[in-house]
Amino acid sequence: MIERQSWLKVTSHLVLVIGALLVISPLYLALVASTHSAQDMAQSPVPIWFGSHAWDNYGQILGGNVPGMSNQIPVSQMLWVSLVMALLIPAGKIVISLMSAFAIVYFRFPWRMGVFWAIFVTLMLPVEVRISPTYKVVADLGMLNTYAGLTIPLIASATATFLFRQFFMTIPDELVEAAKMDGAKPMRFFWDILLPLSRTSIAALFVIQFIYGWNQYLWPLLISTDENMYPVVMGIRRLIGGGDAQIEWNVVMATAVLAMLPPALVVMLMQKWFVKGLTEGDK
Amino acid sequence: MQKQVVFHSKWLPWALIAPQGLVILVFFFWPAAQALVQSFQQSDAFGTSVDWVGLDNFKALWADESYLASFRTTAVFSALVAGIGIAVSLLLAFFADRIQRGAWVYRTLLVMPYAVAPAVAGILWLFLFSPSVGLVAYLLARCGLEWNALLNSNHAMALIVITAVWKQVSYNFLFFLAGFQSIPKSLVEAAAIDGAGVWHRFWTIQLPLLAPTTFFLLVVNTVYAFFDTFGIVDATTKGGPGKDTAILVYKVYFDGFKALDLGGSAAQSVVLMVIVVALTVAQFRYIERKVHY
Repeated sequence: MIERQSWLKVTSHLVLVIGALLVISPLYLALVASTHSAQDMAQSPVPIWFGSHAWDNYGQILGGNVPGMSNQIPVSQMLWVSLVMALLIPAGKIVISLMSAFAIVYFRFPWRMGVFWAIFVTLMLPVEVRISPTYKVVADLGMLNTYAGLTIPLIASATATFLFRQFFMTIPDELVEAAKMDGAKPMRFFWDILLPLSRTSIAALFVIQFIYGWNQYLWPLLISTDENMYPVVMGIRRLIGGGDAQIEWNVVMATAVLAMLPPALVVMLMQKWFVKGLTEGDK
Repeated sequence: MQKQVVFHSKWLPWALIAPQGLVILVFFFWPAAQALVQSFQQSDAFGTSVDWVGLDNFKALWADESYLASFRTTAVFSALVAGIGIAVSLLLAFFADRIQRGAWVYRTLLVMPYAVAPAVAGILWLFLFSPSVGLVAYLLARCGLEWNALLNSNHAMALIVITAVWKQVSYNFLFFLAGFQSIPKSLVEAAAIDGAGVWHRFWTIQLPLLAPTTFFLLVVNTVYAFFDTFGIVDATTKGGPGKDTAILVYKVYFDGFKALDLGGSAAQSVVLMVIVVALTVAQFRYIERKVHY
């Protein structure tokens, strides 16, 4: 930097340390709470250092036999539903967006711009603004409590289509000409040239969409009425049903930790893709 | 807009578009059209007869004090979330831009909340502010402030604002940091040589150059506060106490799904659609400006 003033450097680190600590403390305290017994967590102030009940808590919730809670669906089942959503939604979004972007960029056909705008307009129709009628459509199609119902309605993606379109536009025309001269059919060009070139965009998009799929809440709230189809982010809500005093915070926090772990790992380990995906094409 | 060299096929482009097109038609356009139609209809309690009522549903909305209250709640909520969220992340990004050593540690920690689902974030903060065992509530009580988000609506609003800001700081921070780092070093250095101090440079050079980023984040944060915070409200306050934290999205869900008022809920959906369209247009204004830079 320009100045070599040490007080400025110290201030910078101080502000960032305080900021980072404030941001990370809820996660830390959740982790701590998940290692204590229900009794420890019922007193105030709650412990701020790890306890010795981690194995008990995590074992109980994963197996679905938390003492005092009958018919508890094992969290392992919820994690499975979440994982299916977190994998199928990005996969579906990427596949259908690649296909539409390919069609829009590399073909001339009537209504091409109409199609483009139709996809664009979906940006303005989030689930939140059409809750009841969308629920009815899914119900009429018999897709309540199915993985298809949980994933397919969420895979349309204007932003992913834009991202790929934007990227395809930067690919030199010479590549298409060369491919055509070699007698390559469109799908051949798609598989052998376009797809390998799109790898980085696909990776970045997958990371963002994995988090999006894993963290779905309102949609499963409408579609899943059978407990076996609850993703963990939604299932955790059942654990805080009773008033403030009856909540078993150790169990709730152990579940919360498991609900946060996969997307957190993805953000941490694939930070490069994550930042790229976020700043270059939102949602 | 389009390539000069293209492939030729009558059916292939349609086949390629079919999957996305089908999903959009069935799960987006059809339900949205339904909402539009329903907003002009009123069905009786048993669902046996449906009447066209024109704008009655909308008139009823404007006459409904609880809906207007929900509008005000949403306005206050999104102003607080966008304002505080942008200010805090601007501050953090400003300092993060000044250091090299350990920058990735701070970044990794600061982006973690992005991975947390809104509903789970709500539960984490519900725990910290729990009147009986919450650590923050305990510290506040030591300072003489009895914290209870279940009874005090200001406390409830603070709870959802803090949660929403906490979750969104990651996103804003990354954009501001990228913004700071894209400002040419020569500009800042020239100002420094002219004797401008750190704060002076921030106000006169960096902040004005960050204006497009700030505007973009303002729109994104408003959209976020309007639509992506349902999980936070549902996990923490459930719109309470009373209806004091029932933001528009929560109300449309509650009225349509719990109270089963289809016409009223559809009219609310249409109002929300208008808001999204306005916000999306604003967002695209920004993108156009960015292109012309």
